[in-house]
Amino acid sequence: MIAKEFEYRRPATLGEATHLLADHPGSVRVLAGGTDLVAWLRDDAVAPDLVVDIKDIPELRDIRLDGQTLHVGSLVTFTDLIESDLVHDHAPLLVEMAETVASPGIRNRATMVGNICSAVPSCDAGPVLLAYNTTVHVTGPNGSRSIDINDWFTGLRETARTEDEVVTHLAIEVPKHGGVYVKLMRYAGEDLAQAAVGIVVYPNLDYRVAFGALAPTPIRSTAIEAELQGKELDDALINRVVEMVPDEISPITDMRATAEYRTHITGVMLRRGLVAAVERLEGKGPEYGTRLI
Amino acid sequence: MELEVKVNGEQWMLNVAPADVLLDVLREHVGTKSTKIGCERGDCGSCTILMDGRTVRSCLVLAVEAEGHEIVTVEGISYEGLSELQNLFLRINAFQCGFCAPGIVLSATELLEHNPNPTRHDVQEALAGNLCRCTGYEPIIEAVLAAGRPESGPGQGETP
Ligand code: FES
Ligand code: FES
Repeated sequence: MIAKEFEYRRPATLGEATHLLADHPGSVRVLAGGTDLVAWLRDDAVAPDLVVDIKDIPELRDIRLDGQTLHVGSLVTFTDLIESDLVHDHAPLLVEMAETVASPGIRNRATMVGNICSAVPSCDAGPVLLAYNTTVHVTGPNGSRSIDINDWFTGLRETARTEDEVVTHLAIEVPKHGGVYVKLMRYAGEDLAQAAVGIVVYPNLDYRVAFGALAPTPIRSTAIEAELQGKELDDALINRVVEMVPDEISPITDMRATAEYRTHITGVMLRRGLVAAVERLEGKGPEYGTRLI
Repeated sequence: MELEVKVNGEQWMLNVAPADVLLDVLREHVGTKSTKIGCERGDCGSCTILMDGRTVRSCLVLAVEAEGHEIVTVEGISYEGLSELQNLFLRINAFQCGFCAPGIVLSATELLEHNPNPTRHDVQEALAGNLCRCTGYEPIIEAVLAAGRPESGPGQGETP
């Protein structure tokens, strides 16, 4: 049961949605898949006067490739990603990530954009989208703007989106690349990440390394990226960047794992992840979806 | 608010509040008690229903969101007798208290619909979000695998 009463609207256009949002400052929430929002409503973690359901706005459902840019609309669910040929062919890393999200019953409903809007530290989409060049497109009552994913996560459960804005889609650059998402869970199957590593590597040996569940927000490690930049992987290089891990993350101890364990295991995941990402770039290595930990 | 929704093939007109959760409305207004209240936060799968053929957790859906959609619960797949899958669950004794059963049957139904011959790994993945406190899962997995195997007889993997 949800104790707090609220008004519910399901506008058919983006314009209508943003005006509804703008008219209720301080007490409005956007609803897409609802897998976070409904749970938060029940917990009284949020208590809006108005909930704006965006599921009737058709243009938010698109998955489309424009040159080397993959557009993923804000209503695209994790199941949609898993079942999309376009995503399989051009960004299999998104599929690898999506398959680790909770359970099919959640994935059928939860959206990737909702995942980064909720912005919990363990959100699976965070490290992967940070590892790609991703732009978040939002529309508000005064027009549209784009936000670099590197500026998106502003704090624990906080993002650069203002309250009167709706995310329309993500634009993800997908030139030839190899990638990996390594997620540590207590058991195979439904669980939140205790630690997660997202890596993308391009043919010019430009590396992108991001972490999830290891800081208040998903984070990129530009220091590790700089060390790797332009270099072929070898044991000495991998050892060097693994040694950098403790300075790059700020894990907590909770019921899932201690900070010490998280730090140690992140080094292991980075090591295996780097090797797999480079192998995949070369068309070899473990198939996407193979668990590395 | 008026809510028009199809449940197990019947069209319903319901009067609900925006804060009403679909799980509660199904049980209280429609009367489909197979849909169980467990964790109410998306973790256990006991409230699983099919919405337009896909499993969703009805504890995480507002009733008003179901407007215009088609919902199926275990009652809905059993009108013309038990499905092949349900019979296999019976034969293999895959449940003890049965609290998890409706959710598991629907999750397995969705799996077999999309993947008529699943591997053990596929079954484990598909049921990972459905918790069972009694069986240890083995007989459940066995029953779903049997439903996927061609030698289990005609009708396997088909939805009624
Ligand atoms: S009651 Fe819905 S998942 Fe547990
Ligand atoms: S049979 Fe009791 S919970 Fe599964």
